Amino acid sequence: MVESSKDKNIKILTYSEVEEVKGYVGNFEVKIRKKARSVDMSKCTGCGTCMEKCPFKVPSEWDLGLGTRKAIYTPFPQAVPNVPVIDREHCAYFLRGKCRACEKFCAAGAINFDQEDEIINETFGAIVVATGYSLIPWEKYYGEYGAGRYKDVITGLHLERMLQASGPTGGKIIRLSDGKEPKSVVFVQCVGSRDEAKGVPYCSGVCCMYTAKHAILLKEHVPDAQAFVFYIDIRSTKKNYEQFILKAQRDYGAMYIRGRVSRIYQKGDRLVVKGADTLAGTPIEIEADLVVLATAVVPQPDAAEMGRRLSIPYDQYAIFTEAHPKLRPVESVTRGIFLAGCCQSPMDIPEAVATGSAAAAKVCGILSHDELTLEARIAKVDTARCSGCLTCVNVCPFEAIVADKVDSRTVSRIIPSLCQGCGTCTATCPAEAITLSGFNNSQIFAQISAPFEKRAKEVAIGSSND
Amino acid sequence: MTREDIHSFRNLVKDLSNEDVSRCYQCGKCTAGCPVAIDMDISPNQVMRLVQINSRDRVLASSTIWLCLSCETCTTRCPADIDIARVMDTLRKISVNEGYSSSQPAITEFNKIFLDSIKKHGRLNELELSVRYSLASRQLFNNIGLALNLLRKGKIAPLGTNMKDRNRIRDIFAKSKRFIRGKS
Repeated sequence: MVESSKDKNIKILTYSEVEEVKGYVGNFEVKIRKKARSVDMSKCTGCGTCMEKCPFKVPSEWDLGLGTRKAIYTPFPQAVPNVPVIDREHCAYFLRGKCRACEKFCAAGAINFDQEDEIINETFGAIVVATGYSLIPWEKYYGEYGAGRYKDVITGLHLERMLQASGPTGGKIIRLSDGKEPKSVVFVQCVGSRDEAKGVPYCSGVCCMYTAKHAILLKEHVPDAQAFVFYIDIRSTKKNYEQFILKAQRDYGAMYIRGRVSRIYQKGDRLVVKGADTLAGTPIEIEADLVVLATAVVPQPDAAEMGRRLSIPYDQYAIFTEAHPKLRPVESVTRGIFLAGCCQSPMDIPEAVATGSAAAAKVCGILSHDELTLEARIAKVDTARCSGCLTCVNVCPFEAIVADKVDSRTVSRIIPSLCQGCGTCTATCPAEAITLSGFNNSQIFAQISAPFEKRAKEVAIGSSND
Repeated sequence: MTREDIHSFRNLVKDLSNEDVSRCYQCGKCTAGCPVAIDMDISPNQVMRLVQINSRDRVLASSTIWLCLSCETCTTRCPADIDIARVMDTLRKISVNEGYSSSQPAITEFNKIFLDSIKKHGRLNELELSVRYSLASRQLFNNIGLALNLLRKGKIAPLGTNMKDRNRIRDIFAKSKRFIRGKS
């Protein structure tokens, strides 16, 4: 991250949001809202004194509420750029008009309480969407797992934060209820995923592997701890993944139990996990100090809205759809917009890196040429016939048609780089003023009648030129 | 064996219960939550599997279908949305209809006496049920203390009462019998 922030060809806009995207490949006009961070980025030296002096603590989003941050903060120590932001919802000055401790101690004079949101309009050649993922709010759906009532039922991401040496527990695995080290830890896979009744039907993809990693790390952090893993199927299909699972089972003694968990309840200061061992055909109960849920990977809450803003299609779960699942896996149907990472499908780090690299290479493919090669089969407007009703503008799924003027008369105009040649406008136009190049009516009829003509054998089917 | 034959048991269960057992992908959540699974000879998820693979005899002779309490915990938690309790009930019906000898005769007998009483009176006559069940199970005095307590608290009507329009209840019985016979 630091390296890319120093590259002269890379400009990073953090704490900013894409508000509107117009235009087309090579000419995307993007409206970006740069939110007011209340700190002047050109003056701030990143010394961190303001964060030290700020008297107000807020639960840290980065640490999932396990630790705290200040009202002026960077999300984590390595964040780029190393410039803090004032959280106006928790800052005493913004709430009550008093304090200004950060301003007082800032040697660079970088604090600016009056800063306002800034709107930037810029043109881009291509867009890569990498908005990431979020986790299913399991507390809403799983009353049988305590619906968040039990402090010692956590998610894999909580454990991940605990395992971080610079994290809220300093790298220690503890029970949130009493701070003790857990000796018996139950991992529950497929919480929310593969659940048509309450969650999402798809496989979350990454949980099998990170659960095995957690089982291994648990043993390394707490050598006398025992890991139990409830799974339905282990999906370890990539290079060395199966060996990794076996390592967790054989070398680290993780007990894998094939079956789902039906209920978790508190008994004294421990938790009872009621599961099944479907291989033995019997129910099973395990007393645990800590339960770690592998919750389903789902899109960001505002993914659908972002999809609409970028005019890229998404499925019923708001996961972005690629142009072709096999042949164009990192492209969206809108030319010049590419997908990378979990916004497109749950995926692990190697795959996310691969899609990111692929999308970057695809972008280079566009930017390395002065001119773009287009599909031959695109719509064409006969302006003499066009009555300017603009019905085509409304039906075009790619927003490739705009209103134009010819001799002060309104007509529609096709933006060739956006047209995908779908033919919707051709079929809709009441004046039959739009044709698809290389696919017009007379050509289609010629193809149909060719086989029925007397000289049928001599006519090649399907060959025609515009 | 034709394709139809392979799925005949699953299709019969589907016809009678409207539940498609082939949706089950063996996560085992039903078994995990079942309060009586520990006493069953085959677990609920195994019943689903055996129906899928047409293993009629093993399912219909199992203790599982008779031990099921219809508490519906499995139904509530099934991630594939199968009403498992309803499937169990359907399997009991098929088992009786096809003349399988029950692996749990006492439970089957209890069910029979219970339904008989409903058929006769339109509602349950508790005293009749307990006396007939005690006789059938040859444990005459096992529950006498409990029965006396229930009588004293007014939980059991000593003579029982009849419903007004009992013929209509009998019609329901006849109709459901015709339904099962017609399907299988």
